[in-house]
Amino acid sequence: MSPFLPAFSHFGSLPLPSEIVEHLLDRSAERSAQRERQAATGPAPVLALEDITLSFGGVTALSGVDLSVRSGEIKAIIGPNGAGKSSLINVISGIYRPDRGSVAIDGRRLRSVPTERLASLGIARTFQNLALFKGLSVIDNIATGRAYRSRTSFLSQIAGLPAARREREAARERARQLIAFLHLDAYADRLAGALPYGVLKRIELARALAAEPRLLLLDEPMAGMTVTEKNELAEFIAAARREFGLTVVLIEHDIGIVMALSDSIAVLDYGRKIADGAPAEIAADQKVIDAYLGVAPENENGDGI
Amino acid sequence: MSIITLPLPSSAGLVLTPKALGIAALLVVAYGVVPFVGSSYVFEALLLPFLALSLAGVGLNILTGYAGQVSLGSAAFMAVGAFAAYNFNLRVEDLPLIVSLVLAGLSAAAVGIVFGLPSLRLRGFYLAVSTLAAQFFVQWVLTKFSWFSNNSASGVIDAPPLTIAGLSFEGPVGRYLFALAIVTVLTFLAHRLVTSQTGSNLIAVRDNETAARIIGVPVLKTKLLAFAVSSFIIGVAGALWAFAYLRTVEPAGFNLDRSFQILFIVIIGGLATIRGAFLGAGLIVVFPLVLSRAGAFVFGDIFDSGVLDMTQRIVLGALIIAFLILEPDGLSALLDRLRHRFAAVFGRA
Ligand SMILES: Nc1ncnc2c1ncn2[C@@H]1O[C@H](COP(=O)(O)OP(=O)(O)O)[C@@H](O)[C@H]1O
Ligand SMILES: [Mg+2]
Repeated sequence: MSPFLPAFSHFGSLPLPSEIVEHLLDRSAERSAQRERQAATGPAPVLALEDITLSFGGVTALSGVDLSVRSGEIKAIIGPNGAGKSSLINVISGIYRPDRGSVAIDGRRLRSVPTERLASLGIARTFQNLALFKGLSVIDNIATGRAYRSRTSFLSQIAGLPAARREREAARERARQLIAFLHLDAYADRLAGALPYGVLKRIELARALAAEPRLLLLDEPMAGMTVTEKNELAEFIAAARREFGLTVVLIEHDIGIVMALSDSIAVLDYGRKIADGAPAEIAADQKVIDAYLGVAPENENGDGI
Repeated sequence: MSIITLPLPSSAGLVLTPKALGIAALLVVAYGVVPFVGSSYVFEALLLPFLALSLAGVGLNILTGYAGQVSLGSAAFMAVGAFAAYNFNLRVEDLPLIVSLVLAGLSAAAVGIVFGLPSLRLRGFYLAVSTLAAQFFVQWVLTKFSWFSNNSASGVIDAPPLTIAGLSFEGPVGRYLFALAIVTVLTFLAHRLVTSQTGSNLIAVRDNETAARIIGVPVLKTKLLAFAVSSFIIGVAGALWAFAYLRTVEPAGFNLDRSFQILFIVIIGGLATIRGAFLGAGLIVVFPLVLSRAGAFVFGDIFDSGVLDMTQRIVLGALIIAFLILEPDGLSALLDRLRHRFAAVFGRA
């Protein structure tokens, strides 16, 4: 039904190699076991931040921020430029280590998030200021999003052993699907270094999706896109969530899209969370209107940090 | 700009692209024509150093060009390769030469991993300085402990005869074919590596280490692997340099100058291209000869070896600066551009 569906289908039109199918089945078994556990104890949030405080020298980027993201929801984080939104995502992904507070992933509390294990924990992200690999082609950038799944040694890759070839082909097939559904066909074999900004944003999203994450952190993914592209992307995010229970944390300045797309919204201002709730509550919140909604968003084109 | 936006060749394997045909033609010439037409001067003075240095360039390019880790220790890894090959060959009876070479590469890889450990904490300039440690340490060990040179008084030792599977590679042509075969095989394997997922990982670590870590590229492992593979190839290149080109093995030949020479080959030829190493090595080998001929022709007797050496350094320095400023992607990119201009001109005609 959804045009985006096949991009997310684990068992796409091409027959996947058996070991990959097994791996995926393993994962879905894991997931249903997790769901049962949740049914017994009430849903544990996929992500729970507690009292996160972070400062850079004299600048307090975050102070005492709590945040809870339920499985399968789209959680928007909004706030003026410099409010600490990106810092929050950097804490969740282990790039910044908070001065105080903890991050819990699937109910497991961590003092600091192990960045190198993020992908295998099922978390993928995009960066506000793009972090693509300029020297790789678009398709290889996206396929590298699955690097964490690679189980074959460099020697078997050089020798072209069947397992290595299958792994590579599976990654590229997944990349090709995402290229088709994010309309990147024209760029597939180009180097990612010199492409337009809006295209780079989509490549980065594709790279994050290539990992088949459970939790996706998007830092202003729509910056620099046209209205049509924004709507398309919003629909894609909604479809991904609907079909695969993907949980999304979304930083976005387009308030129309945020209101339409998200299940709940957290508002940051000067590093503090000033509101958190359903879109309708946020729209009516006087503090939010004063701090953010009242003024036009400054950062519409994605400039800033 | 125009280079960057050109479509990349698809890595679909063995298809008859113009590129594959070009390589095939080169190999036919290298194996089928050159051995019959080259003079021994061409083999001794040009082709043998060219092959050894090209291979060293391929090795350094994996580390510096692809994985983005600067190294000034290439000559040290060449030395490890040369001395390891010599000692394995000398001390293990009936060891086939090819096994000695593989063991030499592995020895260099092991030393490369040790001196690559600082790369887990250091980068750029600081890493480059720390690889200098390899350069000085290895040279010191090889000079200090005469065991490595089989206690020869001068520290200079003779290379063993070159035989593989009963075939003897004697004389300039034989040694050329020996070196050519090894360079062909290792270059092919290096190409396979850089186009694999591991190759993508190398580039990912180079271009954005944080993003690479986040998406689950094993950054530490990838860096050490780059040091190991690079040092393996450079080690074998060192063995070729000693066994096939010089026919002697001595620590002094693997000094800091040589490390810089290999770095220049990679910079001039083009970072992160395999063929760049060959283009760069070609230029580095041919350039002094051309310069000395041209110098002697223009200036006559004043252009003696001292002047030549100085001129060589000055011109080479200028050339490197020119490349860094005007063509940071090296001869390889220059060649691409020329080819496309050519194609455009003739395509329209
Ligand atoms: N790496 C950093 N070094 C110093 N200051 C930083 C750094 N990252 C963020 N900040 C500061 O933290 C504050 C919040 O920034 P950020 O999280 O990027 O806000 P937002 O994404 O909401 O625009 C800003 O004042 C910014 O200058
Ligand atoms: Mg931001």
